[in-house]
Formats: sequence, structure tokens, C-alpha cells
Amino acid sequence: MLIKTHHRAFDHATPSEITDRATVENRRDLLKLLAAGAGGSVMASWAGREAFAQGTSTALKPGKLAALSARPSTLAGAVTMEKLTSYQDASSYNNFYEFGTDKSDPAVNAKTLKTNPWSIEIEGLVKKPGRLALEDLLKLSPMEERIYRLRCVEGWSMVIPWVGYSLSDLIKRVEPLGSAKYVEFVTLADPKTMPFVGSRVLDWPYVEGLRLDEALHPLTLLAFGMYGEILPNQNGAPVRLVVPWKYGFKSIKSIVKIRFTEKQPGTAWNKAAANEYGFYSNVNPGVDHPRWSQDTERRIGEDGLFTKKRKTLMFNGYEAQVGQLYAGMDLKKLY
Amino acid sequence: MKAELLRALSSGWTKVLVFCIALLPLAWLVWGATTQTLGANPAEALIRSTGDWTLRALCVVLAITPLRIVAGLPPLARLRRMVGLFVYFYAALHLAAYAWLDMGLDVGAITKDIGKRPFILVGFSAFLLLSALAATSFDRAIRTLGGQRWRSLHRLVYLVAALALLHFFWMRAGKNNFTEVAVYALVLAALLGWRAVRFIRKKASERTNSKREQL
Repeated sequence: MLIKTHHRAFDHATPSEITDRATVENRRDLLKLLAAGAGGSVMASWAGREAFAQGTSTALKPGKLAALSARPSTLAGAVTMEKLTSYQDASSYNNFYEFGTDKSDPAVNAKTLKTNPWSIEIEGLVKKPGRLALEDLLKLSPMEERIYRLRCVEGWSMVIPWVGYSLSDLIKRVEPLGSAKYVEFVTLADPKTMPFVGSRVLDWPYVEGLRLDEALHPLTLLAFGMYGEILPNQNGAPVRLVVPWKYGFKSIKSIVKIRFTEKQPGTAWNKAAANEYGFYSNVNPGVDHPRWSQDTERRIGEDGLFTKKRKTLMFNGYEAQVGQLYAGMDLKKLY
Repeated sequence: MKAELLRALSSGWTKVLVFCIALLPLAWLVWGATTQTLGANPAEALIRSTGDWTLRALCVVLAITPLRIVAGLPPLARLRRMVGLFVYFYAALHLAAYAWLDMGLDVGAITKDIGKRPFILVGFSAFLLLSALAATSFDRAIRTLGGQRWRSLHRLVYLVAALALLHFFWMRAGKNNFTEVAVYALVLAALLGWRAVRFIRKKASERTNSKREQL
């Protein structure tokens, strides 16, 4: 596997340069031909899947929701050159337990989520607490497109082009007090529009948390869109967190509250099963989940059915950018 | 009506029909894999579905005897061995899907996984027990072992059911998602409970009979 994360701004390909359209379409035609020609064999169907996956890229918006334009990010590590996961897969294979525990549930059930009007309540140890409306949040900082690897704790991964800006832009705006050490995030918990809020799976609302320095890291993204459009409901509309070096469940969806605290917040999965889900939950191939190894992962839509799973990288491949946050910490204990 | 049902069940075609029906889940999975209708993660879908079908086949095979006795349909007994072998067939597919799609046929990694994770160990133990039952499912094995010993050996299927359920329960425990587990638990409890009640009644009537004889 090849991962290029360039450190200098001018090395970056803009998303539309990643695979130019003509090449993509040529390849698609070739693969379609292959798929059609070899009629019905497994190989051909995988070629067909490939053709489909290639069809969706930032250059080709899915055309499902309102566009959300952004400039390509120039931040170190923020644009991986890996092949994008298809929009279809990224928007139909989701963990969003407020809408059901099966991964196909959210795409079906999240239609009821009402994302307008929306606001985020800023609370706790800050100079400027208060309510920020979505319209104002959208204008708070220039939108960037960032292509991150997303590694789920369940052992699968995707590559997703997000649209948003560094959470630090918002944090600096509300001016945390010196006593603030952690940031707590809360998802909407509305039983009327979220049918599985109240199920026994988790303590609702869903809560996540970061250490303040993690939250201030420029790679920590406050995302409003993906694939050049606003977020689909099942992906955490209208505003979510994306922390690419941590397991996916840390990237909390549909945020309604951000609270600055002195003590480490109690997070949803940690409360449900502390031995399985730590507060940090950094991607770490060396620390197994009790029920499966975290050493490898399956890239959704890309790796064939019989392809060996790929190696998982420390900090999901973002070690150069975030490793120093954890210097001196025993990550086997503080998993 | 019942005579017709009995005749139909006794016909050779019933076996063929049941055989074909039992292959439908596999056909559906192969079709799904080739046409990509198994969702974004077909490997996971195949591993989970083959496990689900193993549990379902297990419920069906354990329902045959109660149904035969309660509904008075003796010919059902002819289907029991075949359905039992389908339990083994789907269990083998489940193990193969896990070993190949999830573990890349890496024997070292698989062995380590079985040793390290109780829920995998429990599932694997159930498979080994099922293998013993499948290996002794032929007429000659029954003759060699003798009816009594063969029956005792094949009562291990109750242990298999318990292990399979525990395997499924543990797999779902991380997400506190027990609805499906509870459904299988209820079905299996009912089927095993029926046998327990029947066993106790039989013992009780044997006792009264022997008392009568003494009198």
C-alpha cells in the first residue's frame, strides 16, 4: 500500500487532480467492458464494483445534496492520495446507533433527522459561552476539503473527502479558560426523530471527548460536508467531528453541545464497555480489541473478497502529525 | 388430509425438496456476492449470514422430533439426518468464511485467535463437536457404535446448541444488542424444554409402572 502524505503545501494534488476525469472514464469503460464480457463470473463483478467506485470522486459530485464548496487543504497530512471510497458505500454503511444498530439502518432511518434549524451550545470553561447557529458556524472559517482515512474500531476502513475546517478555529473563537483541560461533545438525542434513542445499547445522549491539545490539533476537523456536498443525515449532518487518527466512534456526529471541562469526560462507549473502548481510542495495531485483532483492516469497496486485509498503521498513518501529543504515555494502558 | 400429508412426507421427492430448500440460503449468498448486493462489506455479510443460517438450521433440526411426536408425523424422522448435515454444512461455510475472508487463511493467526478469544474458541468447539456428529452420521457408524452409544453421542447436539448460542451472545455483547440472541435462545429453550418435560414424565410413568408391577 502506498500512502503519500506530503508535508509541503505545493506538493499537494488538488482533489480533482487525483485521477483526472478522462483517465477515470477510460478506466471505467474498460472495466465495464470487462464486466460485461466475462458475464457473471466473480472476477467480472469485482471489476464492475471497481468501475463503480472509480465513478465517485470529488471531481464527480454525487449530486444528491446541496453543494458545499471548499478549497483543497494545504495542511500537512490532510490530503491522502489513496483511492476514495465510493459515496454509495460511505453513505450506506454507517454506525449511527440513534438510527439502529445494523449498518444499513441509518441510511434508511435517518431521513427523519431535522437539521434545520440547528445550533451548537458552547458551555463550561470558556470566556465566550453561548449558542452558535449553524449559519454562523458555516461562515466561521473558510471551508477546506480534506481526504482522510477513517478506521472503524470494527476493523474496516474508508477514505473520505470531508469538507470543513479545523475545530481549533472554533475553539480559539470561544476562548477556553486556563483551567479547561478537556472538551466534551454531545450528539442530539431526540426520541421523536431518532427512533433508537432510548434503546439499551448506550446511555443517551452520545457523548465523546478529547483532551484540549487533541481538540486543538489542526487535523481535528469540524466537518459540514463530504464529497463536495453537505453531510447526509446518516453521516452526522449537519455538523460532526472527524479525528482521523482515532477509531471512528470518536468522530461524533450531529453535535449539539461542546463543553470545556477540567475533568476527563465520561464518553459513551467507554461507559458501556471500558475494557473494550478506552477514552483515547487512538488507532493502534498493537492493542487488540478483546474480541478481535486491530492489526489489520478491510478497506471498504476496494479490497476484493479474497484479498488479505491490509496492515493497520499506528495512529492510522498520522503518526508524523500527532505522535508528539502522546510522547511518554503508555498507549497500551491508555488505549 | 393427514393421510395425504403422511404420504407426501413419505415420498422420495420430499427429501429432494428439502435438500433444495436447504441450499437456497447458499444460492442467495453466492448470488449476492457475484452481483454485489451484500452491501458495502460483503465479507462481513458472508461471515454473519453463514453463522445465522447455521443457527437457523440448528433450530429446524431440533424441531423435527417434537413436531414428529406432537403432530403425529413419523415420516419426518427421515429428514432429520439430512437437516443435521446441513447444520454442519453451514457451520463449515461459516468457519471457512471466517478463516478465508477474515483471517486470509493464515493458520498461525487463526490458531492464535482461537486461543486468545473465548467467543471464537466457543464457536470452534461447537464446530469440532458437530464434526464428530457428522462423521458418525452414516448407517455403518450407527451399527459400529451400537444404537445406545450412538444416541448418547448424538445428544451432544444439545451442547452444540448451547455453545452456538453462547458464541452468538458474546459476539453481540459488545454492543448490548441481544434482541436476535433472545429469539434464538427462546426457540432453543422451548425445543430443549419440551424434551426435558417429556423425559421427566417418562421417568415418572416408569416409576408408577414398576410400582404397579410390584403390587
